[in-house]
Amino acid sequence: MGMRAVMLALLLVLMQWQGAWAAEAGPQFPKAQGQCVEDAGTMRRHHFDFLKHQRDDTMRSGIRGAKHSLKECVSCHAVHKDGKAVPVNAPGQFCASCHDYAAVSMDCFTCHATTPGEGKP
Amino acid sequence: MTQAPSRRDLLKGAALGAVAIAPGLTLIAPAVQARPAGIPASAVNRWGLLIDTSKCDSGCTACVDACKTEMGLPALDRPATDAQYIRKVDVKDPKTGHQHSLPVMCQHCAKPPCVDVCPTGASMKRADGIVLVDRHICIGCRYCMMACPYKARSFAHEDQSNQKAHNPRGKGCVEGCTLCVHRIDAGGRPACVEACADTGRAAMIFGDLNDPNSEISRRLSKEASSRIRADLGLDPAIRYQGI
Repeated sequence: MGMRAVMLALLLVLMQWQGAWAAEAGPQFPKAQGQCVEDAGTMRRHHFDFLKHQRDDTMRSGIRGAKHSLKECVSCHAVHKDGKAVPVNAPGQFCASCHDYAAVSMDCFTCHATTPGEGKP
Repeated sequence: MTQAPSRRDLLKGAALGAVAIAPGLTLIAPAVQARPAGIPASAVNRWGLLIDTSKCDSGCTACVDACKTEMGLPALDRPATDAQYIRKVDVKDPKTGHQHSLPVMCQHCAKPPCVDVCPTGASMKRADGIVLVDRHICIGCRYCMMACPYKARSFAHEDQSNQKAHNPRGKGCVEGCTLCVHRIDAGGRPACVEACADTGRAAMIFGDLNDPNSEISRRLSKEASSRIRADLGLDPAIRYQGI
């Protein structure tokens, strides 16, 4: 009886610990400044489609100022530390945290600037 | 099908308005206007340059330096592989000894051979005549570099950093002069032209070759000009005077 109680208590503690772990699971990333162009769920599911569609419109047809711009993503989602912007593809930052978690590599930032404004730091 | 009013229509309207207010006054050609958001580039425009080589100093590199700064091209001091969108060429007539200097960049041909040879469609001509590389689909084969008679394109051999937001560039892609398409779309003029006007001797004019009222068109209609390798029949948008 005593043994059973101890086991049950242990199991409960373990489940609780697991629950806490589950709550922390998933990527942690800094919050953006400002309002996103779409709701979070749509962006999570479709951001790559939006970006890929618009990149062709902008690059090939010359359409500027459309809604889904990578430049705008970077300008809202880059964190500023000590007056300097942190690249969005640095470990733990907005883009990198999810992509590392999901093991999906991004090619955007081999060419595109990773901080707002003029250039990369 | 409804079409957005063309720039030419807008200019006509503006000119009529101005005539009504002040008859007899000659209008200065209005500056290039920014294209509104959501409107694609159109064949109504054809952007080009007129370069007066008699004004171009052989020692001056204002245009080249401005281009490197504007486009975020690093100077790694490796001339064989460093990217260059514009370069200065010094030429000399061996018989007379006459020398002059001229900037050479992508000539933004109407019939660009780089576009003809590209196997993926990355090398492309925009509706307004600007020849670009779509680096999203460039595979780095460099056929376009071989096809270009002006040696206008470069290849990014190394991993890049410090790119400008308006000029994304990375290893394994061909690149070249974009005629500062990001500035043109915002109603500006190319960085080389601006630098030449500010710190050089104002040898370069930028404008719309399709607009008969633009400064470049008016000068081209009155003064002699030439194209480099005109014999190839590529109809470049960069015109020269004095060569």
